[in-house]
Order: sequence, then C-alpha cells, then structure tokens
Amino acid sequence: MDETFLAAIYVLVLASFLGTVLIQRVPPTLHTPLMSGTNMISGTIVLGGMLVLGSVDGFILQALAFIAIAAAMANVVGGYLVTDRMLGMFKGREKDSSREEKGS
Amino acid sequence: MIDNWGRAIVDLIYLLSAALFVVAIWRLSSPRTARQGNTFAVAGMGLAILATFFHESIDKNYIWMVLAMVVGGAPGYVIAMRVKMTAMPQMVAMFNGLGGLASAFIGVSEALGKSNIATGTFATIVLGAVIGSLTFTGSLVAYAKLQGIKSVTSFKLPVERNLVAFASVGSMIVLIIASILAGSGGLGDTLLVIAFIVALVAGFLLVVPIGGADMPVVIAILNAFSGIAGILTGFALNLQPLIVAGTLVGASGLFLSLLMAKAMNRSLVNVIFGSFGAAAVKGGIESSGEAKPIRETTVEDAGISLGYAKRVIVVPGYGLAVAQAQHAVQELATVLQARGVNVRYAIHPVAGRMPGHMNVLLAEANVPYEDLYEMDAINDDFQRTDVALVIGANDVTNPAARDDPSSPIYGMPILKVDDAERVIVLKRGMSPGFAGVENELFHKPQTNMLFGDAKDSLQKLVGAVREA
Repeated sequence: MDETFLAAIYVLVLASFLGTVLIQRVPPTLHTPLMSGTNMISGTIVLGGMLVLGSVDGFILQALAFIAIAAAMANVVGGYLVTDRMLGMFKGREKDSSREEKGS
Repeated sequence: MIDNWGRAIVDLIYLLSAALFVVAIWRLSSPRTARQGNTFAVAGMGLAILATFFHESIDKNYIWMVLAMVVGGAPGYVIAMRVKMTAMPQMVAMFNGLGGLASAFIGVSEALGKSNIATGTFATIVLGAVIGSLTFTGSLVAYAKLQGIKSVTSFKLPVERNLVAFASVGSMIVLIIASILAGSGGLGDTLLVIAFIVALVAGFLLVVPIGGADMPVVIAILNAFSGIAGILTGFALNLQPLIVAGTLVGASGLFLSLLMAKAMNRSLVNVIFGSFGAAAVKGGIESSGEAKPIRETTVEDAGISLGYAKRVIVVPGYGLAVAQAQHAVQELATVLQARGVNVRYAIHPVAGRMPGHMNVLLAEANVPYEDLYEMDAINDDFQRTDVALVIGANDVTNPAARDDPSSPIYGMPILKVDDAERVIVLKRGMSPGFAGVENELFHKPQTNMLFGDAKDSLQKLVGAVREA
C-alpha cells in the first residue's frame, strides 16, 4: 500500500510540472477548446466507476456507480465531439499549402 | 520479476493512455495540430476503458457498465452536436458538474461498499466525494446563471453571503476531519454521507450569490475542482491515468481562472467572497447630470473612413455575439482586405463569456485565426492604427481603467483603443457596460458613435465601403 501510494505521489508531482508547462503553451485563441477538451479528459473518472460497479454489492451502491459511469461517459463523448467541432472551425489563411511552421 | 502479467499489461496500457493525454495537450499549442491532439486523447480514453474491463478487481456487471456508457454517451453525443457556440460556457459548466457528480458517487459507493479501508485511502475518498459534490451543485448553479434561468439568477440569500460561505466551508471541513478520524466503516461512513450532502448544499450556496459577470472565472475554478476530485479518486482507487488526467484538468482550470481573474483585475478570493455588482453601484460614477458631448457619425462617413484606411483593428465584445453579427463583421473585413486594408482583431481575455470564447465565435464565422490577436500582442499597435472599430465592447475599452483611480474598474487591463487616430463605436444605445460604469472613450474627440443594431450597421457598412 505504501509503495503504490508513493508511486502515485511521484506521478502527481511530475504530472503537475508537465501540466503547468504544457497549459501555458496553449494560445489564448484555443482556451475554449482547451476547457471542453479537459472536460473530455476528466471523463477518465469513468475508469473509477467501472472498478466500483464491478466490485461492490447492493443495489443502491451499484446504482450510484452506474450513474457515475453514465455521467463520466457524457463528458467523454460530449467533450470530444464538441472540441472536435470547434477545432474544425479554426482555419488558417492559406488553406491548402503544407507550410510547416514550428510554434514559437 | 512480474508475477501478475494480466495486471502488468493493464498498467502498461494505462501508461500509454496517460501519455496520449499529455500529447493531446501538447498538440493544443497550435490550431494546426490541436484537432489531431483531441483525437489522441479520445484514443487514449478508449484504450483505458478497454483495459479496465480486464482489471483484476472487476468480476461482475460488465453488461451494466456498457449500458451505463450508452446511457451517458448518447445524450453527450446529441448535446455536443447541437449546442450553439454561444452556449459553450453553459455546456462546459454542465460537463464540469457531471465530472464532479461521478467523483462523488464513486467515493460514496466505494466507501460504503467496502470495510476496513486504510485511513490514507479513506481520506482521499472523503475529500474526493466532498469536492466532487461541491463541484456538481456549484456547476448546476453556474449553468443556470449562464442560461439565464430566472429563479436562480434572482435568488437572494436571506443572510449575509460571507457568513453563509464561512459557515458552509467550515462545516464541510469539520465533517471531513471527523469522518477521517472515525475511519472506514460505521460512524466514519455515516459522517461521509453527511459531508457529501452538506457539500451539495454548500456548492449551491457558494455560487448562487456570484454575479453573472464573474461566471467565466467560476467555471474555470469549477473545472479545476473537477480535476482535483479526479486526482483524489485516482489515489483512492490506485488509478494512475486518472491522476494524470485530473492533474492536467486541474492545472488548466487553475491557470485559466487566474488568467480570467487578472483580466478582470480581481483576485479569486474576491470573486468567491466579494460582490462586484454592489461595489460598482456605490463606486464613483459622477452621476450623468452634465451631458458630455457625443459625436454621431453616419454609415457613409464611417464607410469612407474605413475604406481609405491603411490599418484597421476590430475590437469585438459580447454585444457582437448577442447581435449575431459575426458573419457580418467577417464580410466587412473581407471587403476591406480586398481593398488592401490591413484588418486585424483585438481580443480582450474577457471579450466572451469564457476564456477564448470570442475566438471560437469568430472562427465559426470563418475569420482566419491568424487575424485574431490577444491584448498584449496588439495593444501597442493601436497608435499606428487609422481606425479602431469597436463592436459591442464596452468596459474593456474604457480609458478610466487606466486613468481614473476613483473608477470601480480602475486597474483592469484594457485595450488601448483611444490611441487610434479615429475610433468608430457601433452601439445600440448609450447604456453602460456590465460594471455599470460610464465609458469615457465614447466622449473622446476622436470617437464617433454609430448607433443601431450591430448586424444591421455592419451590413450597411459593407455597402458603404464598396461605394467609397
């Protein structure tokens, strides 16, 4: 138990640094897709719902886990699709050119 | 070395999913690669879900899991395909809330379903459940406010809001500590359920007094909260991809809420505990007794001035979206660009109803993203600009924020529109902005007002420029 907890702390600390750096690279023009995209990523909570529904007994507790999976999946599907819709609207000036430009 | 291959393979797939989430955010650093990144993220999610069916701690209810995914996924699909871009803040608020709900229900179910959970794990379950339920009801209120549901927007707390805030936060903290001290099983479980219910009420009470103008900050904070609830659930169930996902969401939510608060010259504490609307009314509006001069202009005159300009900067505000004039402004820009006029857009961070909202609304109207400039990138260019065209923007252009220490919006970063040689303001009437503050820009000598519906005025301007 202690070892997995320590490993989880490692993951949390390193992911925090990574997240802080990566989020700052997102240009303001993409902040709304960033929010809806993170909605989709927060749908990862669906894994937790699956673990609980697959292991607890009792109707009420299973119902809670069922609702949790449904809510999380609404985030996954809805968050992905709406982000994809939005990002599809962002068009550059030269449409067909395959200009390779590295982000500054 | 590895004595449980099944678990090891599941863990490796989890690692791949977490890596795909990270790459997804990385790809969001440019509009060119962002869409691909989003697809990476959903691929990571799909892999993680598939792997979880083979997780060692699951042994039943597989059909119900699939059914639950369909029950949630189907409305998610319908909402995502139908939602209007103007309603994006509401949708994000609702998704934040659903994430919080999932964390809360998972926590309660896990705690009550198992006995003798280790104290550390039990603590993360309690915290995850409380933060999750707080996020859920808080987001519902934010959704209702953004949607303009009257019974919520006009709801008044019967007592002082800071008293309510301290009481609800205080009782939550006491219940959390008591529950953790009592530990898993019996009393601890009961206290957890009470804490969960109190947090539901607290989420409502904390968000309901916050004004509509502050909702961009609130949904970003709730976004961060849904991420933190995810991290805690990840700890409780030892799900490392959930820890990574929650951290990315939390970092994004925190970053955006600080960014929004800075753009409004507020602190996060001030948003949650202070009341902006009330302060603004008390603030220094030297009441409109003396009528200050206003110079009106005509469509023809404005059209000539735009058509023969070298550099034009468009300053869109939410009034543009209210008038549904995004396509009209794009048409005007196209006509001007065909005449060789340099047209750019200056986007204030709080131009829309959430971070980056105005950019999405303009992208929907086919404005190329290269033409959209953030405040700091374009502010020094106003002094080399012939015409600044302000459409439905108000407080974010008010020079009083820079010059008048007695103004309630003093210190708020603004677009330096008044540096431009000429300013044309499209406006419905002389009503003040969100903050209820008079805008001195409208009375400056270089400013001309073109009254009327923004969409209508823009369409007439297109004709006037063609004839100019």
